[in-house]
Amino acid sequence: MKHHLILRVIAKLTIPGILLFGLYVQFHGDYGPGGGFQAGVIFGAGFILYGLVFGLQNLRRVAPASVTTTFIALGVLIFAGVGIASQLLGGNYLDYDVLAADPHAGQHLGILVVELGVGITVAAVMITIFMTFAGRER
Amino acid sequence: MISQIPALQVVIPLIGAPLCIILRRGALPWLVALLVSWVALAMAATLLSQVADGTVISYAIGGWLAPLGIEYRVDVLNALMVLLVAGTSSIVLPFAYKSVAKEIPEDRHYLFYSGFLLMLTGLLGMAITGDAFNVFVFIEISSLSSYAMIAMGRDRRALSAAFTYLVMGTVGATFFLIGVGLIYAVTGTLNMADLAERLPPIHESRTVLAAFAFISVGILLKLALFPLHLWLPNAYTYAPSVVTAFLAATATKVALYLLLRFGYTVFGADFVFNIVPSSEVLLALALAGVVVASTVAIFQNDVKRLLAYSSVAQVGYIVLGISYANVTGLTASIVHIFNHAATKGALFLVMGCIAYAAGACRLESFAGLGKRMPLTMAAFVIGGLSLIGVPLTAGFVSKWYLVLGALEKGWWPVAVVILASSLLAAVYVWRVVEIAYFRDPPTDGPVLSDPPLALLAPTWILTGACVYFGIETSLSVGFSEQAARFLMGGS
Repeated sequence: MKHHLILRVIAKLTIPGILLFGLYVQFHGDYGPGGGFQAGVIFGAGFILYGLVFGLQNLRRVAPASVTTTFIALGVLIFAGVGIASQLLGGNYLDYDVLAADPHAGQHLGILVVELGVGITVAAVMITIFMTFAGRER
Repeated sequence: MISQIPALQVVIPLIGAPLCIILRRGALPWLVALLVSWVALAMAATLLSQVADGTVISYAIGGWLAPLGIEYRVDVLNALMVLLVAGTSSIVLPFAYKSVAKEIPEDRHYLFYSGFLLMLTGLLGMAITGDAFNVFVFIEISSLSSYAMIAMGRDRRALSAAFTYLVMGTVGATFFLIGVGLIYAVTGTLNMADLAERLPPIHESRTVLAAFAFISVGILLKLALFPLHLWLPNAYTYAPSVVTAFLAATATKVALYLLLRFGYTVFGADFVFNIVPSSEVLLALALAGVVVASTVAIFQNDVKRLLAYSSVAQVGYIVLGISYANVTGLTASIVHIFNHAATKGALFLVMGCIAYAAGACRLESFAGLGKRMPLTMAAFVIGGLSLIGVPLTAGFVSKWYLVLGALEKGWWPVAVVILASSLLAAVYVWRVVEIAYFRDPPTDGPVLSDPPLALLAPTWILTGACVYFGIETSLSVGFSEQAARFLMGGS
């Protein structure tokens, strides 16, 4: 893709925007439309666009296999960890009420962290799926 | 902390799975899986001791009370299934260390143990949850991970076997989901206990009939009742030995539990046996399955495949007990779920031992194994006797109750079929035993010997269970009868 100058310039311009929008969807998901799954897909799409335009080797340099695999696991651990934390604080599994001083803040904090876990796993899975299919011939 | 056990029972294996991926070096993933499984077993035993007197534990996930939130509901039947799943994985995992090292490339070991724990999570979740939609989620967790586990088999045909299972399993899970969607549409609830109250007034409605059809066909696909068993033989034959032993002992059994749970608790015995002719349909399919699958097993040349067909026949026996629609039959079914799990688990672990030593489980490679691998083949013989249903083995106890139930109903032809099919089992077990004990080992091949203790000990623990539950029945039959009465008594 070396000679596709327009593609490369546009991709360079849009990728930061895509990633930023992913973060917006992620952290605004509790009050507006969005959430971890959508944010993860958007964030992963930014990486996939980078891989399409600048090549798989460059994508592997910014997102090595060991890192994406670890992040897949990390997201699940964050999600399950919130549940364990609420159990340790005296509530039932995933009972966000006990996470903060009052139930409202607890619910807010709980869903925010859980969605963060979802987002991390989804983004890492998107990149892994793309790499698995695109990198098959090597 | 004891009140948190119903959630931890599922959550601890769930947390173990990503931990295996993060700690991917060397034997660490195996160690994580082993510890998680043993903790799960301890929790399952605690749960069973709590519900043994007939109490029902209800746990509200996220603090949202039933019927709005997801409820985990543990009674005797659940607790038994959870114990079965956790117990099997606790026995199989010590076996896995050497077997997996031999059968699966080293860079995939961490993925194997992670997948194994996800499978465990899914099966435990299916058994423990009291929410119809949550069941679907756990079916998917356990199925998706088991497709991946089967595809890890050494033989390239493992891939196509896994794909067939994926297609059939997805059809099954989707049917189940359509059924759950239909009952949700007419009742507005997904909680099983709540459904049990809201369904009886609308039993005659066509939506409920369609829902029952979808749910039962979906579950029957998962539990591989003849003629919906076509995915099973290849999946069991080509999966890694450990996976076959674990799946054979647990996956179809948990699906059978779902059949009981939806039949008796959600829809109710009155609907299932009086409004819908389930008894006749299940009876016909079960008898056909027992006879056809046993006959097909006789003609197999791969012993793992032979045992896989025998599994289809054994599922037939379990469903046969359900079709009696009386307490004796139901007791026989639940007892056989356990006895067959022990028997088939032991036999597939024997296959794992032989695959470890000889590399394959083809019938001709069994020649002379009776002398070369005496301890392994002795375990096979005891497991085989239990499969046939010889007295003093677990298989006899379940067949005894099956025949008793048939005579109680006055269905003596069914009793005759049960006895005749035991003869078929004797034929296929004898084929293997004859070659192993009476044919000389090949002179040119490598000299085989019994595998190391790490493989033999788990095999013999399950083999011992076949004998133990054949002699001391108060535990297995006692709990099964209690569970059967609990189901028949409604609630």
